[in-house]
Amino acid sequence: MDSALLIHRLHFAFTATFHYLFPQLTMGLAPLIVVLKTIGLRRNDPTYHEAARFWGRIFGINFVLGVVTGIPMEFQFGTNWSVFSKFAGGVIGQTLAMEGMFAFFLESAFLGLFLYGEKRLSPRAHWLSAVAVFVGSWLSGYFIIATDAFMQHPVGYITAADGSLQLGSFRGFVLNRWALWQYAHNMSGAAITGAFVMTAVGALYLLVNKWSEYGRIFVKVGVIAGCVFSILQIFPTGDAQGKLVADNQPVTLAAMEGLFQGQTAAPLVIVGQPNEQQGKIENPLEVPGMLSMLTYRRWSANVRGLDAFPKQDWPGNIPLLYYSYHIMVGLGTFFVAAMVIALLLLWRGKVFTTRWMLWILMLSAPFPYIANTAGWLVAELGRQPWLVYGLMRTQDGYSRAVSAGNGMFTLLGFMGMYTVLGILGLFLIRREIELGPASSEFASDFQPVAEAR
Amino acid sequence: MTMASLWFWIVAVMITVYVVLDGFDLGAGVIYLVAAKTNEERRRVLRAIGPVWDGNEVWLLAAGGTLYFAFPQLYASSFSGFYLPLMMVLWLLMLRAIGIEFRGHIENPVWQDFFDVVFALSSVLLCVFLGAALGNVVRGVPLDSTGYFFEPLWTNFRLGPQTGILDWYTVLTGVVALVTLTAHGSHYIALKTDEDLGRRARGVALLCWPLQFFLTCISLLATYFIRPEIMSNYNKHSLGVVVPIVVFSGLAVMLWATPKGKEKVAFVASSLYIAGMLVGAAFALYPVVLPARDHQHDLTIYNTSADVHGLSVGLVWWVLGAVLATGYFVFVYRMFRGKVRLSEGGY
Repeated sequence: MDSALLIHRLHFAFTATFHYLFPQLTMGLAPLIVVLKTIGLRRNDPTYHEAARFWGRIFGINFVLGVVTGIPMEFQFGTNWSVFSKFAGGVIGQTLAMEGMFAFFLESAFLGLFLYGEKRLSPRAHWLSAVAVFVGSWLSGYFIIATDAFMQHPVGYITAADGSLQLGSFRGFVLNRWALWQYAHNMSGAAITGAFVMTAVGALYLLVNKWSEYGRIFVKVGVIAGCVFSILQIFPTGDAQGKLVADNQPVTLAAMEGLFQGQTAAPLVIVGQPNEQQGKIENPLEVPGMLSMLTYRRWSANVRGLDAFPKQDWPGNIPLLYYSYHIMVGLGTFFVAAMVIALLLLWRGKVFTTRWMLWILMLSAPFPYIANTAGWLVAELGRQPWLVYGLMRTQDGYSRAVSAGNGMFTLLGFMGMYTVLGILGLFLIRREIELGPASSEFASDFQPVAEAR
Repeated sequence: MTMASLWFWIVAVMITVYVVLDGFDLGAGVIYLVAAKTNEERRRVLRAIGPVWDGNEVWLLAAGGTLYFAFPQLYASSFSGFYLPLMMVLWLLMLRAIGIEFRGHIENPVWQDFFDVVFALSSVLLCVFLGAALGNVVRGVPLDSTGYFFEPLWTNFRLGPQTGILDWYTVLTGVVALVTLTAHGSHYIALKTDEDLGRRARGVALLCWPLQFFLTCISLLATYFIRPEIMSNYNKHSLGVVVPIVVFSGLAVMLWATPKGKEKVAFVASSLYIAGMLVGAAFALYPVVLPARDHQHDLTIYNTSADVHGLSVGLVWWVLGAVLATGYFVFVYRMFRGKVRLSEGGY
């Protein structure tokens, strides 16, 4: 591979992967904070308000990191992928500009009010600012998913005389079927991250027997949300997303499943290592006929394998795609199992005292991050070798004016910068968790209410 | 007016709004270490910009997104051509956000000093970068027939055919921006605070004035010297005379209002000055969006804009979005109006 192409790809992949560690938590926490505020308002319970403030502080740290790592994403369309931008900007410029106009303004204005304005606003207005932050962050997600969905499954465009893509149908583009399902799947994934993190902090507080009152709230809210979204993640959203891939990117499906040869009654590989040279899965553990069933709802259906497609159209890195997909699915299954058991214990009133369950819930916090990252790897590696599926190849889209050396310099710069950001973020979040809820006086600049009391 | 012209002015206005709004919090960062001496004063400066700086910065993102949407070819050429300085701007924006937001999370004087210096230094450098960026756009870049270019950080500081990001002219515009935004931020801090802090901010603003006046004149002359053709739109349309009137009356009002302690008037005058300078530059460039050193390769609104159907559709949602955004801003600024107090009663 051309080294400039590789570096520009790594540049975007690295910055996007790191960036998405933050929005998945902010998008996941935003609705849960609304839940806490709503209960606080309806029951007039200061504990829930304090819980919302605690998560507001963690949200705030994450939000800052999400914003500063997100700005480079918009810039890189122009800096590193200028040929692609010229080609597709007439269409995807719509959603990228709308994200700024509709989501960022809303989110930033009301986050300021939510974090700084509790004393100046009435309780209802403060609740409303939490809702606005939630709506803003979820809108933002939609515009980005719609942009990605266009790259996965371009619709609603026309080709102009100079070869560039231009908007054909705004409705068709914005309401791309792919975007709707990908959005549902992605947001449910973000909600899982939020729920697991909230549950994990609650489990920690219960295990160390500190702030137990808050620990119970966090575990209760987190487990209920985690259970709902873990199930939604698999059905219907994951299932529908899989069918879209099967219909529109059949070669991607074959690579994800490691199906080198097409066959009737195709088996579903649970574990096994793909061997690209010999075109087979080594040491497979399979469920016979299952892949045919999941894809076409018939045990005997014929599923096309990689051999049905010319090699130049195969996703470039089949092993990584295969492993990412299997890690995502495996973790998704674990989420359902863990959360359903926790919910049963919650229903029986035992979860707060069942230490083994609390340990599992606490230690599971990193897994949704891994699953979400793996899921995005599946989406974007699976799209290869296309930048816009069927219309532009990745190798044709990067900035010719930017040399490999300059790309490498800034990639290393981002790696260094993000290492510092990551350490700082972890340090600050750990600190907030350790100080716990009801510690507002330490962060008085952010929480004027506690100061006033 | 055609669709492309309309979007040219929409983007120009959005960039102007960005500089006027984010300019005051950048300027607050520039004077931060000088004007705010104690921890209490520094917290007041941060509290003065805290609820609004992020929203202000969103104007940069929204303007960038709108530029991408309306003129994809311009976005592609300019962002890849200005690759290195843009990446540095990104790093500075990150450092600055960390400096502002994370200081309040740590009660430790060493960490706070660290964040203070990060915030101040990145603010200074961003002001210079923004000015140099504008200088590059006015001066022109080495675009070729493919519509692309790549500028190194500097060449020999002269304006030959192969220019660098930094040459004597763009360094000059960088310094103009630094002084302008320093004054702008000082007016804002003087408006939002009182006692010693407010007095010191006003002192900085007074100190900036002669420099700002002198540099404005020099930079306008220098611009005419390197690109005499910038006058053509002014000669064609008599409306252009509004620009120098706004710029110089802005300066005059600042000189009158600052010593009298009329901070609000001075801040508005400073905003008008900035708006005058930026709109004036856009007016001079129009319909060119990125001039080439060799004029046959100029990027204009005609050869960079998106298709007219997309632009018309965009107008519908843009107007809606702009109305909503204006509403949020009015609401937020009203909510946080008045002088900053750390104790009860203020915010």
